[in-house]
Parts: sequence; structure tokens; C-alpha cells
Amino acid sequence: MGKIVYPYIPNSVPEIKEQMLKELGIESVEEIYKEIPKRLRFKGKMNLPEPLLSEYELRRHVEELLANDKDCKKFLSFLGGGTWQHYVPEVCDTINTRDEFLTAYVGAAYADHGKYQAIFEFASMLGELLDFDVVSTPTYDWGMAAGFAVRMAARITGRNQVLIPKTVSPDRLLCIKNLCKPYIEVKLIDYDKDTGLMDLEDLKKNISDKTAAVYFENPSYLGFIESQGEEISKIAHDAGALLVVGVDPSSLGVLAPPSHYGADIACGDLQPLGIHMNAGGGLAGFIASRDEEEFVAEYPTQLWGITETTKEGEYGFGDVSFERTSYASRENAKDFLGTQTALWGITAGVYLALMGPKGMQELGEGIMQRVAYAQKKLNEIPGVKTPLFNSAHFKEFIVNFDDTGKTVAEINRKLLDFEIFGGKDLSKEFPELGNSALYCITEIHMKSDIDRLVDALKKILS
Amino acid sequence: MAKVKIRENYHQARWDEPIIYELSTPGERGILVPQPEREIREEAGDILSKLPENMLRKEKPNLPEISQKHVLAHYLHLSQETLGSNLNNDISQGTCTMKYNPRINEKLATLIHEVHPLQDESTIQGLLSIYYRFEHMLKEISGMDKFTFQPGGGSHAVYTAASIIRAYHESRGELEQRNEVITTIFSHPCDAATPSTAGFKIITLYPNEETGVPDVEALKEAVSERTAALFITNPEDTGIYNPIIDEFVKIVHEAGGLCFYDQANANGMLGIARAREAGFDMCHFNVHKTFGTPHGCSGPGTGALGVRSHLAKFLPVPTVEYDGEKYYLDYDRPESIGKVRGFFGVAPVILKAYCWTMMMGADGLREVAEISVLNNNYLQKKIEAIDGVETWYAEGRRRLEQVRYNWRKLYEETGVGTDDIMRRIGDYGIQHYWTSHHPWVVPEPFTLEPCETYSKADLDEYAAVLERIAEEARKDPDFVKASPHKCASHVIAKPEELNDPSKWALTWRAYLKKHKKEEPSLG
Repeated sequence: MGKIVYPYIPNSVPEIKEQMLKELGIESVEEIYKEIPKRLRFKGKMNLPEPLLSEYELRRHVEELLANDKDCKKFLSFLGGGTWQHYVPEVCDTINTRDEFLTAYVGAAYADHGKYQAIFEFASMLGELLDFDVVSTPTYDWGMAAGFAVRMAARITGRNQVLIPKTVSPDRLLCIKNLCKPYIEVKLIDYDKDTGLMDLEDLKKNISDKTAAVYFENPSYLGFIESQGEEISKIAHDAGALLVVGVDPSSLGVLAPPSHYGADIACGDLQPLGIHMNAGGGLAGFIASRDEEEFVAEYPTQLWGITETTKEGEYGFGDVSFERTSYASRENAKDFLGTQTALWGITAGVYLALMGPKGMQELGEGIMQRVAYAQKKLNEIPGVKTPLFNSAHFKEFIVNFDDTGKTVAEINRKLLDFEIFGGKDLSKEFPELGNSALYCITEIHMKSDIDRLVDALKKILS
Repeated sequence: MAKVKIRENYHQARWDEPIIYELSTPGERGILVPQPEREIREEAGDILSKLPENMLRKEKPNLPEISQKHVLAHYLHLSQETLGSNLNNDISQGTCTMKYNPRINEKLATLIHEVHPLQDESTIQGLLSIYYRFEHMLKEISGMDKFTFQPGGGSHAVYTAASIIRAYHESRGELEQRNEVITTIFSHPCDAATPSTAGFKIITLYPNEETGVPDVEALKEAVSERTAALFITNPEDTGIYNPIIDEFVKIVHEAGGLCFYDQANANGMLGIARAREAGFDMCHFNVHKTFGTPHGCSGPGTGALGVRSHLAKFLPVPTVEYDGEKYYLDYDRPESIGKVRGFFGVAPVILKAYCWTMMMGADGLREVAEISVLNNNYLQKKIEAIDGVETWYAEGRRRLEQVRYNWRKLYEETGVGTDDIMRRIGDYGIQHYWTSHHPWVVPEPFTLEPCETYSKADLDEYAAVLERIAEEARKDPDFVKASPHKCASHVIAKPEELNDPSKWALTWRAYLKKHKKEEPSLG
């Protein structure tokens, strides 16, 4: 075989390469690489697998690697806990696979006008869902968004402590803790064992003039709805702290947004809004707040605003308060920014535009109806208790198996034989909840799916 | 020689597209939601009435109401008003490595669309093997001992590196003492911003006016018992390779600091030189640059962070391991910094990068590197032939994969600056170029990176267009200053409003409030 001409490298054609070298007056590329001293050069050839040069061979290889994997279409899944299986409208995929959006990057708002408008519209629609006037460009994920929001609160208040209920997502807590280092203390607040709700006495005991923010999630990681928003907000604000609330936007067609019970900053994840789970790769965070200068000044992300161009009647877009960002101000910026999750933000915008107000309301209501049905049916299985908390739930809830004589791990292993992914095992994260799993039900679950789960559990537990 | 084609008659789509709220007609639906079956509805009853009263949303969210065809058309219009790199001669976005993003990889990534990351490990062995295999490749390419793919972008990986450095010094009881990070002005802004976020003070080195890289003396002056780490790019944004980088590393190591190599853009270095041989403790790759995955209008991407073995215990959880029979996720890492993102990173990006690298192999990667520096040197010769262009620093030395040029002379002669030319180039069907990160140490800068994706004809076209614009600047400077003329939109009329709290509007509702427009009719 002669010299390979790579389809992705037009100038790998030997004659062209020669011609270009000649134009430069050099014999080989090595004359350019002379810039790197010999002692720093890599000697020899990298030990990599033989290449799969043709597209066909590559496709075969990857399809074979993944042939025995399962997904939540092949299996019936009740997994949630940070990313959730919702229906992804075809138009969402049509738009985010367009090469125009897929392969653009940091081009300015003239040739990339559409990118700016799509992100601005995403922010506008999410702003309506949240009832807030400021929404960030999409950030990494909920955990990072929560950490950034806490850092914003610390800068706004000049304080260095955040209070978080113990029901917070353990993974998000790890993100928040790392982002809070070394300046902000993270202190955990007890929860009511009967309802899951924040223990307000413990909150009052711990809040002080050191507290920058109280942060909680709604619906909580454990699925219940924290209904004491106003009380928590009052306790926080009376102490001079801010209230930061993490929220699942798919709940906001039916649930009150955090701004309605006093949140100063909201954050959360966009993945439920038309983005495939992608094995966790669908996560995309957001931060939102009122349009107050002292808040806007503390955002670490880019913020894209609407304005007018020199052409009458034409909208234009640009960076708002760019000096805040690390692109402008390096170490003097508000935290840092970089490549985050813009494509998922555009996708979430498409989703909200398709769903409209009625769609979001029906989505929320339908999920809650299915959850109520599932809870009732699961409860009828001897030894199974759900929900564990005496509270309203949105799309996730705890199923306790203490009285079944089997562990969640055992049950989930057996469920695989029925081609079912059982709920996430909570026994390590929350040992005090006993032998419990976090089940997730969304609009994708039909009655027959729920019944199938119940039947399988009955067989496994009998 | 073939005549160089300039797209004289180009015009971008300009749809004069309304804001999505202006397309709303009360009652229209874009998609219907699957309704629960009758038995479920009957069982659940009036579910909303069971919500605590204060938690019930009182009014429906003010989202637009639009039929599906009109939503689709709107976003197709917006996409046509966006110049993705697969569409254009995107040599423009220097430092960003805008290479071709293969369609096949997009197709293959759909295979994991509906995978949940918490699925039983036995059901994702194939996906985990891709993680493991790609990690092996990056270890070979960098010489590092272990990688994490959890960070969702380059800056995120650099932040993770800063977190690991903090954990390292903390584990040795030296964190209070070692609170300074040294970087250079031509390293990416995140090399200053992320260690600062992690709690370090930043010392920035500036280049020697002649060599274009900082002097050893400047580094020695900055290094002390307070040094936690060096964060540095090489070649820097200028394209100049620092030939004594190993000496820099040695000086920092001798003072007890660690060395992080920002290899966001490693395109010219594949198979040529590695972080290990220069002595670095850690490095990172932007896989959405060097490894061929799309930039997505700015993410999702991945910053693959590699470390030498002495730092492996600090990596975020989980890591992907193989016990000889099966792949598994290891959460049992007590000295880990914790997490910087949910689950185990942006899996489809890793899958696509694995595909891209598998198609290249060792020889192909080497070809990528060689062609990218060849393209760059060829383009540089053409660009520097344009009257009004200069390249500062290190005269006579060759640049590797990119060059920071400047229009200082042209600006002094015509008053047309780099921002004007940046806008004007869009009128020729070419993405607006990247000027420079801030601050502009070089006046009127622009940074081009003609990676291996671009043909000789692309390079010729690019140089010809810039030459044309330089001529335009001399003939009719106001025309260039008023550009773009043929892009999807025009120059902003009042840029100062974007910094004015009483005028800026980050959402449509804010715009309506501040600019006193009428509410769109909702019937």
C-alpha cells in the first residue's frame, strides 16, 4: 500500500505536500520541528491500536463494541438520581445535529447571529419558567451551577458559609464542596425523618451572620417537594443570607418556581428539556436571578443580551458586562468560564418552544399522576413501602424494601432478568433510610410499564 | 497555478427572524404530551389538589405557543444564520482548532443516547471499554499515567488540575505556605482564572520582547517557597515553542511546586513531543479541539486531564478500571478531590474522540501534526506578504500550529483595526477570526490556526481575502469599518447599552420591560 491519503486531511496528498514544502524552501517538516530541541522530542512510534482507516471498518468496530450494551429503550428503566429519561421530540435532535449549530464555536454575533439568538431565546423561555429576568448561558451541570451560585452569594453578602440540607444529592454536594474550597464552609442541616423536609429548628440553630446562603433542591434529590420555601426564605433573609434553590425545570409547569417562595438565585439542570441522557453526557446547568446589578455583576458565565443593530428594526446580540468574565479579566474575574454546554441550551430552547405553557403543565401533571399510580401499586406488594416520606412527590420517590428480606442490590440484580433497571440503590448514600431505592417515573412510562415492574417485583419478592 | 477563488457574491442567509415570542399564536401546539391512561388518571384523581397550596404554580408559564412546522422553520432559520466550522473555511478561530467533525462519529454517538449512567455495569461494558481504550491512547500520546474525562471543557479540566494541586499540597501540610501559581500572559486566561478560583494568588510572566517567551530569570524571580505550581501553554498563543520548557519545569520542581501543561490545543504536537519528556506532572487535552469532536456553539466538550502516578489518587471519582475480566467504575478513592461534574463525563464526546483517534492511528496522528504545522507555515508566508501585517517576537524562528499576527501598521495607516477586519471577513463566507485573548499584549491582533482540515486552496483563499480587505481598508476605510454588510446581521448600534444596567436585557421579558415595548398579544 502506498502513502495513505486521509479523507480528513486534504494536504496529505504527497504532491501537494511537496509543493507546499517547496514554496517554503524546505525539504521536510522536520525543519519546522527543529524549534523543539531533540531532548524534548518523543522518540519512536506511539503504541496505539492499528487504525481503522475506512469508515466502514470503524462503524463495524464501534457497533460491535457496543453490541452487548443495554440502554433504557431495550430495558425498562426506573433510574433517575441526576439524569432522567424523558421523551426527546424529534425536532430537538433535528436542530442540534445541524452542522451549523453542531460545529460553530466562538464566532461573533454577525455570522453567528443565529447562535446568539437561539441562546437568548433559551434564556428568555427558561426565564419565564423560573419567573426571573436573568438567565446565564448554559454552564457545565447542576452541581457546578449550584457551586457557582453559592460563590455568587458569598461575594454578594461578603460572607463565607452555606447551609445545605442533608437530603441534597451527594454527587452535587461533592461538586459544591470542591467549588467552595478553600473559602466557603459547607454545613449540613438535618431533615425531618417523617417528611424529608428541612428541619427548620436545626436551620435556625445554625444560621448566623456568617451565613452567605441557604441552598436546597426542589424537588429534592429524594423526590419529595420541599413545601417550606417561604419559611426557609424568611429565616435566610432575616439572617441577612440569600436563598439559592436548585430546581428541576420539568416540574415548573405545575410547581411554583423558586422565585415565588423567595429564592434570590435559582439553578438546576437542562437535561430533562429535550436532551438525551447520553450516559450522563446530557447534563447542562443554568443559573438565574432577578435583574439587579449586584447579582448580574457576580455571574461567572457569559451573559448574552439583546440590542439593536445599525439596520433599522434588526435585533442584534452581544456580551453583557463582559469585564466580569475570565476571558476579559483572567484572575481578577468572577470565577472562570470556558466551553460549557451551549448546544444543550439551544436544544432546551427548542423543547420549551415546542411544549408551550400547556405542554409543560400536562407534562408535570401526567408525571405526578403516574407516580401516584405507581406508588399505590408498589405499596400493594407485601413488604414494600412507598413513599417513605409523608410528603408530596414529583417524579422520584423512595421505595423501601426493609420488610422483604432482600437487599436493593439483590432485587436490582434480579430485575435485570426481567429486562428492568430498578431504582438507584440509596443504601450507601443514605444508610439511615434502610434498604431503599430511588425510583423515577416520567411521561415515558405507560401503565403497562408500571404494571410490568410491579409483576416482576412480586415474583422476585415472593 | 489555479486562480484563487474569492467568494465575491457570497451572502449569508438573513431571515430577519423575529424573536420566538413574536411568533406565538394563542392555542397553537408544537407537540402533544403522552397522556396517562384512564386507569392511571382515575387512580390518581385530581393530583394537583394534593399539592401543598403554596407549591402549586398559579399561572401557566408564559411560553410561546407555536405549531411544530413554525418552531422547526424558526430554528432552521437561526441555524442558517450560524456559520459552523463544517460549513466554512474556519482557519479563523485560532487557538480553537476548528477541524472537520466527521458525520460518522455523530451517527455512532446516537448508540448511547438512551444510556443511563447508573445502569448496572454489566450492561455498559462496551461503553466503559471505550473509556478505558481512549484513556490508554491519551496516556501514550501524553506520557501521563492516568486520566479523568469528567471535566466538561478545557477550563473545567484546568480548574480540576488546580483542585488536585490544592489537594496535593494540603496532603503534605504545605497548602498555607504554597499559595501562588505562576503562569504566562500568552497562556489561556483559564490558567490564571481557575487557580484563582481554587484559592491561589496568580503571578503572570510576560514575554521577552525578542524571544517571545518569558526569560528564565523572570521565572526564577517569581519562584519561591510559596510556589504551588506553574500553569503554562507551549507553544503559547503566539505559536512560539519555548525551547527551555524543561528548565522551567525543573526550576519549579526544585522549589517544591508542581507543573501543569495546558495542552488544550496539542494539534501540532501529536507524536512529536509529550508532556512527560518535558517533566510535567499533569496535562490536559481539549478533545473538542485536538481529537475532532464538535464544539457545539461552545460545548458540550471534554477536558481530558492526565496526571503522573503520584497525583492519581487525587483524581475525581469515579475512575474507569479493568480487573482483567470486566470494566468497572471505582468510587473508592478516599483522597479524591470529589467531583467536578455529575457521573463520568460527557460520554458521547469520548465516544466520538475514540472514533476519530481510531481512524487516525499513530501514523495518522503524526500526519495531523505535520500537516498542521506545514499548513501554518505556508499560510504564514502568504499572510506576512500582505502589506500591513506584522508578526511580533522571535524573528526568524518558525511557529508551530498557529500564529498571532497584528494589523498595527495597517491601523496606523488607515484607522481600520483588527475588529473591523474581523467583521468584514464574514462578508466573504469566512467565520470572523479570533483576535486574541485579553489583554491584547500585541496591538490589533489576530490569531489564525490552519489545522490539517484545510486544503491548500483554503489557505490561498484565506490569504487572498485578507489581502483584499487590506486593500479595501486603504481605498474605503469607512466601508470596512461599517462591516459586515453580507452577514446575518449588522453591527450593534449602541454597544454601550450592553454594559448599562438600565438598558441591558438578558431575556425577552427584561427587554419588554426596559425598552417599553408592548407585551406581545397573547389573545
